[in-house]
Formats: sequence, structure tokens, C-alpha cells
Amino acid sequence: MSSVKKEKNLSTDLRYYISLSADKLQSKWKTIVIFIPFAWLLLFFLTPFFIVAKISLAELVITSPPFSKMIEWVDGGVITIRLVFDNFIYIFDDPLYARTYLNSVKIALISTFLALLIGYPIAYAIVRSKPVTKQLLLFAIILPFWTSFLLRVYAWMGLLADQGTINNILIYLGVTDTPIRLLYTEFAVYIGIVYTYLPFMILPLYANMEKLDGSLNEAAADLGSGPINTFFKITLPLSMPGIIAGSLLVFIPATGEYVIPDLLGGGNVQMIGRQLYNEFARNIDWPVASAVAIVLLLLLVLPMAVYQHYQAKAAEVK
Amino acid sequence: MHNERSGFLTLMLTVGLAFLYIPMVLLVIYSFNYSKLVPVWGGWSTRWYKVLFESPEVWEAVRLSLQIAFINATFATMLGALAGLAMVRFGKFRGRTLFGGMLVAPLVMPEVITGLSLLIFFISLKELIGWPLERGFTTITIAHITFSLAYVAVIVQARLTGMGVSLEEAAADLGAKPFKVMSSITLPRLAPGLLSGWLLAFCLSLDDLVIASFVTGPGSTTLPILIFSRIRLGLRPDINALATIIIIFVAILVAIAAYIMLRQQRRELIDQQMAARGDV
Repeated sequence: MSSVKKEKNLSTDLRYYISLSADKLQSKWKTIVIFIPFAWLLLFFLTPFFIVAKISLAELVITSPPFSKMIEWVDGGVITIRLVFDNFIYIFDDPLYARTYLNSVKIALISTFLALLIGYPIAYAIVRSKPVTKQLLLFAIILPFWTSFLLRVYAWMGLLADQGTINNILIYLGVTDTPIRLLYTEFAVYIGIVYTYLPFMILPLYANMEKLDGSLNEAAADLGSGPINTFFKITLPLSMPGIIAGSLLVFIPATGEYVIPDLLGGGNVQMIGRQLYNEFARNIDWPVASAVAIVLLLLLVLPMAVYQHYQAKAAEVK
Repeated sequence: MHNERSGFLTLMLTVGLAFLYIPMVLLVIYSFNYSKLVPVWGGWSTRWYKVLFESPEVWEAVRLSLQIAFINATFATMLGALAGLAMVRFGKFRGRTLFGGMLVAPLVMPEVITGLSLLIFFISLKELIGWPLERGFTTITIAHITFSLAYVAVIVQARLTGMGVSLEEAAADLGAKPFKVMSSITLPRLAPGLLSGWLLAFCLSLDDLVIASFVTGPGSTTLPILIFSRIRLGLRPDINALATIIIIFVAILVAIAAYIMLRQQRRELIDQQMAARGDV
């Protein structure tokens, strides 16, 4: 009898210890699960930014790689650390850079506003559709996002060119005799940004409006509010998180856009992403390119932080 | 909030969809144009497809891009799944804020910054440890994995949040070990999310021009780099043909992904209804 009891005790103890080690094993696995992607991002995402920050404080030297070493071993093991702020002074001194930064922000802001103006009613229309249509419409909005970005920009080159589709139609209709210059203008850049980034505006707006409570609109209507009044007093304020998320998703990447100003703006539209690329590829001035990148990053840190704040809040609500 | 859609909204929807699709449709139509000048119609022809297929440069670029896209998608899915799992299921852990920040940042970071920083990183690494000796396949793949995994993590997080934990808890209550729960409940339910994550990572890699331009080296020309170098000088009918093939290829991939996602949703809906009636 006592031996049976002892055995039972032993087995409970054993089970207890096994469960303990299982917990330990599990927490070990958890650590590994976190560690692998964390280490990858630390190494290939975060570290590179610190190196860029470092290079931006280096001098241009004609060697390979084309930047001076910041930390050097001088005879006798003394470390000299040299910080050169020349690149930043150069950027702030040359009015070209200030103009280019401002122009990028202006173009991104106007494009974002246009995308919001077009995207909002589309998102609202999808929310108001029947469930089956809704799925199909969402699919139709997402599909262009999957197809090549470069080819979508190229498609507009064909539309906007001097002998392109739009000019052909205008000439055929007798609106104009000679082609209107559309390609390689700022207007073309606006179209390009709105066209390629529109899904990024529509999807967060849709996600937000889908959750809105329709009974509020009904209550407003019952109390005698007209549809326009209801929209401005209820729907629009409630969809603000969607508006902010969508606008930031368009504004942030549009500010640093390189392909669209290059292909649709030609040499006529100065944007900072293009400037950075030229500094790196044509002038081979990596320290200045790095400094341009750092200033652009500082410009975008605030909008990025706001975006992340909203993402985190949206995740909490779920 | 559904039903009644006003006339204005329907109009905006129609105009919006036309805006999104007409340029693509025209791109495809003009790929069958005989004329050497893209916008001047010279009759139907498939001559530019023939030009395209006879170009060894194009085949080489396609091969390189597909290889990179495949490896990228596979690694990004694994890393993104782990990252998503950690963010949704592990509660609070040290460094979670930094981790979450690094997972969101690649989604919005301007490509020129990511590209430049990775290039300088690779060069500094070579100075330091002598690797990577040459830039090209490896460096592009690493760069692509880094931003693709963030997209996969978004999909996985959304799927995990939507799945809830009730089934896993039930399995654990019934005595299933954590690994058993993972392999027979979590992973199968996560599978459609992983598949669409893989496909998205694949498409993102096939699509990337800017980051690849920064981190590539001599001799490694991906398809977008090839297309870009050609269209910078203006419209080219052979690029229209190439675009048509890419659009059809991607549309098929996305249709497969959408079908799998929808089927899973429907099956889960049926399961829920059956459970609600007590059939299970």
C-alpha cells in the first residue's frame, strides 16, 4: 500500500519536473523564435543606418570605398576620431538641396491630398457594397498593387507622351493641333504618385470605415440630419484614423520617391530621392549621399512615428 | 454598414476603377502593335514577343530575378512567420518596441534610404571581414529578404489575430503538447496566410528596382534593372510585350492566392455554423 503511494508520489513529482522542463524548453524555443528575425533585422536593417550616419560624417576621398575612415589608429595606438560636418554644411549651404527638399515635400503633400480626394469616395463606396461585391472590389483594388510598380509608371509614359494616347485623343477631338506637353512635367509626377499609391490610401480607409457603426448614421437621419450634414458631422470625424494612416502610407514613401520623378518628370522635376541617387551614382559622392539620406530620414521620422503609433493603437483595439 | 450606395459613390467607384485599369489595358493592347513607335497603331502583330524571346539578355535577367524571388520568398516567409508569431503570441518581451518598430519601418521607409544604407553596409562588411566579395545575387537576396519579411509579418500577424487562441487552448486542455498544438492546429490554420505571404514576397522581389540598383554589382542585371535602363530613353514596344507577360503571370499568382484564402474563409465559416448547431 505504502509502496503504491510512494510510486504515485514519485510519478507526480516526475510529471511535475517534466512539465517544468517542458516550460523551460518552451521558453527556450520562444527565445529562438524571437531571436532569429530580431537578429536579422538588427544586422541588416538597423546597423546599416548607423553606418550611413557614420559615413555622412566622413570626408570624400578618392579611394575605394570613397569615404575616409572615421576612426584611425595613429602610431602608438592612439585612436583619433574625426567627425566632419562638412557634408551637412554643404547641404544646408547649397540652395539646390533646400529647394529639392521643399519641392519633394510639396509634391508629396499635394499627391497625398489628391489620393485622399479620389480614394475616400472609393473606399466609402466599397464599404456600402453588398458582401460579395465587396470582396471582388477589394480584390480589384489590391490587384494593381501586386503588379509591377515600374510597369504601372511605364504605362503612364505611353499615355502622356507627346505622341501618346491622351494627345492622340485630344488631337482627334480637335481640342488642340499640336501635342500638349504632359510627360516630363510636375503634373505627370502627380499622376504617377496618385496612380501607384492609391491602393495604399484606399485600404486603410476601407479597414477603418468598415468598422464604423451604421446605427449612428441612422440615428442622425432619424433626428432630421441630411446626408451631407451627417457625413461631415459623423462619418468624416470617425474615419480620421483611416485618413491619417492612409495619408502617411502615401506621403512617406512619396517624399523619397525616385522612379516616378525620374521616368515621368525627366530632368524637370527635382525630388530628393532622385538627388540622392544621382549623388551616389553619378557624382560618386557617398558621404554627401549619406548626409542627404540622414536629413531625409530626420524629415520623415515624425510622420513614421505617428504612423506606428496609429498601427499600435489599431492593434490594441483588435 | 452596407446596402444603399448613392449614385455619386457608384460614379466615383467606376471612375476610380477605370483610372486604375485603363492604363494597364492600353499597355497590353499596344504590345500587339506592329509599329516600332509605341503609340502609333500599325496593325495587330506579335513581332515584339518574338524580339523579346530572341533576346538572351532578357532571358538572363528573367532567370536571375526568378531565382532571387524564389529564395527571398522562402526565407522571408520563415523569418516573417517567426516575427509575426513573436509579436502576436508572446505577450511582452524585452526589446518588443524596438522589434515592432523594425518590423513596421521597412514598409514605409523610402527605398533610396534602405538601398543606400545596405550598400554601404555591405561595403563596410567587406572591408571588415572580406565578405561579401562581390555584390550581386547574394546581396540583392539579403536586401530583399530584409524588406519582404516585414510584409510577411503583417499578413501573419493579421491571420494570427483573426484566428484567436480558443482552438489552441482547447487542444492544450485536452493534453496536447506545445509542439503538437503548433503542428496540428496553429500551422495548418496559418498555412493560407503563409502561402499568400510567400507569394507577396515573391512579387515584391520581382518588382524591386531601387534597392536592387544600389546593392547589385557588375554583371548582375535583374529584370527591373533591365526594364528601367531601356525605358529611361522612352517607349519601347518590346517592353510592352514583356509587361504583358509579367502582368498575366502576376495576375495568375494572385488569383491562386485569393482562391486559397477564400476557400479557407468559407471552410471556417461552415465549421463555425456547424459548431453553433452542435453538429461537431
